[in-house]
Amino acid sequence: MSKILVIAEHLDGKLNPATARAVSAAQAVKPAAIDVLVLADNVAALAAEAAKIDGVSRVLTVERAENAHPLAAVLAPQVAKAAAGYSHVFAPSTTFGKDLAPRVAALLGVAQVSDVMSVEGAHTFKRPIYAGNAIVTVEADPAYTVVATIRTASWPVAASGANSAPVEALALDVALPSHTRYLGLQSGKSDRPDLQSASKVVSGGRGVGSKENFDVIFKLADKLGAAVGASRAAVDAGYVPSDLQVGQTGKIIAPELYMAIGISGAIQHLTGIKDAGTIVAINKDAEAPIFEVADFGLVGDLFKLIPELEQVL
Amino acid sequence: MKILVGYKRVVDYNVRIQVKPDGTGVVTDGVKLSANPFDDIALEEALRLREKGVATEVVVVGIGPADLTAHLRNGLAMGANRAIHVTTADAVQPLTAARVLLKLVEKEQPGLVLLGKQAIDDDANQTGQMLAALWDRPQATFASKVEIADGKATVTREVDAGLETIEVDLPAVVTSDLRLNEPRFIKLPDIMKAKSKPIDVVELASLGVDSGDHLKTTHYAAPAKRSKGVMVKDAAELVAALKQKGLL
Repeated sequence: MSKILVIAEHLDGKLNPATARAVSAAQAVKPAAIDVLVLADNVAALAAEAAKIDGVSRVLTVERAENAHPLAAVLAPQVAKAAAGYSHVFAPSTTFGKDLAPRVAALLGVAQVSDVMSVEGAHTFKRPIYAGNAIVTVEADPAYTVVATIRTASWPVAASGANSAPVEALALDVALPSHTRYLGLQSGKSDRPDLQSASKVVSGGRGVGSKENFDVIFKLADKLGAAVGASRAAVDAGYVPSDLQVGQTGKIIAPELYMAIGISGAIQHLTGIKDAGTIVAINKDAEAPIFEVADFGLVGDLFKLIPELEQVL
Repeated sequence: MKILVGYKRVVDYNVRIQVKPDGTGVVTDGVKLSANPFDDIALEEALRLREKGVATEVVVVGIGPADLTAHLRNGLAMGANRAIHVTTADAVQPLTAARVLLKLVEKEQPGLVLLGKQAIDDDANQTGQMLAALWDRPQATFASKVEIADGKATVTREVDAGLETIEVDLPAVVTSDLRLNEPRFIKLPDIMKAKSKPIDVVELASLGVDSGDHLKTTHYAAPAKRSKGVMVKDAAELVAALKQKGLL
C-alpha cells in the first residue's frame, strides 16, 4: 500500500496553496496515508493550517532556525531522511519544488517524475514534455521511492476545514551544510490577487508598448479584481518584473478567466495558460496565434478597446 | 578557475513538435537539432566569466551518440576551450546524466559547473540539482545574475515570489534561467578555429556509472487541443458573453 509524504511550501508564515494541490494529486494515488512535512523555523501556524487539509493523515514538523528560508541544500537532507518508509514523495512543481525535489531524489538514488498532470496508477503518471506539445505516460520502477513534482495547474486545491490531522514533531539527526546562505528576496508584492492562484488574470504583452502603458492592464485588472500577468516579451522589454511572467519558463496557471491583451500567443506562452477556463484575446492582429485558442477574440486597438471595456463593465 | 558547462543537443525550439501516430515517440527524423537554449545561456555566462578573468578555462560536456561531435564543435566555436564527449547510443535520464557529470567533475575539479535550468525536450529540470546533491556541493538554480568573488558566488534566482539572492561557496552548481544573458552568435572564423580545438571522447560504459534510468515512457500523445472560440465585434458583446458564462 502506498504512503505519501507531501512537502509543504510556505512563505511569510503562510502555506502556499500549491501544497493543497499536491495533496490532491496524492489522493489520486489512493494511498494508505498522506503525511505533510513542514520544514520551517516556526512551524506551529503552518502545521495547524496543513492539518486542516482534507485527506491529510498526519502533519510532521521539523522546526530549526536553518529552515527559515527555502534553501534546497539545507532542506533536502532532512526530506531524504524523513522519506524513509514512504513509497512516494510529492512536492509542488513551483520553483520551490523544482529546486528541492531533484536534490532529494538524488540523495535517495532515485529518478524523479517532473510535472505530474495525472495519476494513472501508483507508479504510472502523465506529464508534459516539449513545452506541453506532447504528453507522455511514464512508469516509475516500483522498486524505488517515487519522487515527483506536481503540476499545480492540473490539480485542484484540496478542500480544507473539516480535517484536524495530528501534528507530530520529527527529530531528525541530520547534519546541515553551511555552504549555502540566504541573502534576501525582492518581491513584487502588491495588494492584487496572487497570479498563481487567482481566479481571474489579465495579462499584457509586447503590444502594450511600454512600462507606462502597462497601467491600462493594471487598471483593468483592478476593476475585475484580477491578478496581473505578462508575456515573456513584455518582461524582456522591461515593462513588468519577471515574477509576472506566464508561460513555459514563467508561471503555469489555470484561472477561470484569462485575458490576453496585446499578446500574440507564442507556443511557450500558450503552455502556461492552456488549463485556463475561458481565454479572452484582444489583439490588433487578426492572424495572431492567440486567437486559435481563445474562447472569445476581439480584434482591435487595445488602447481604444480597454477603456470601452471598462465603461461597460 | 575551470568551468564545466553542460551542453545538450535538443530539437530546435522553433520546430513544431509532432507526436508519431502510433504513440511511440515524437518525430525527430529530418528535424533541426540545436543546442538547448538554456545551455547556450550557461555557456555564454561561462565565457563572460573567462573574459572577466574570473575563469581560465571553459569545458563543454555532451552526452550522446557519435554524431554529437558536430554539436560540441558549435560550443567550441562559441568560445569553449575544449570539449568532452561522453558517448552512448541511448538517451540518458537526468539521474544518469548527473552521475556521469559527477565522474567528470571528480576528474576535472572545476570551480563552477554551469548548466541550463532545464532541457526543452524532456523539460525535466533535474540534472543540476541532482549533480549538486551527489557532489555534496551548493546549488543555485534559475539564475538571472551571477557574481563571483573570494571563492563565493552571489546568485540572483528567479523564483515564483520574485528575485531571491543567495550566496554559495565554490565549487557549486549554477543553473541558468532565461534572463541571465543573451548568448553571442557564432562567427565564421570561430567555426574554423573550433576545428583545431580538442574533444576528448569517453565511452559512458567506461565511467563505471550505475544507470539511473528508472523511468519507462510507455506512450506519447498529442495534447488535448483547445477549440477555437468565437470572435466578438466589440467590448459590449465581449462583456455580455462573459456575463452569460458567469465570469463577470
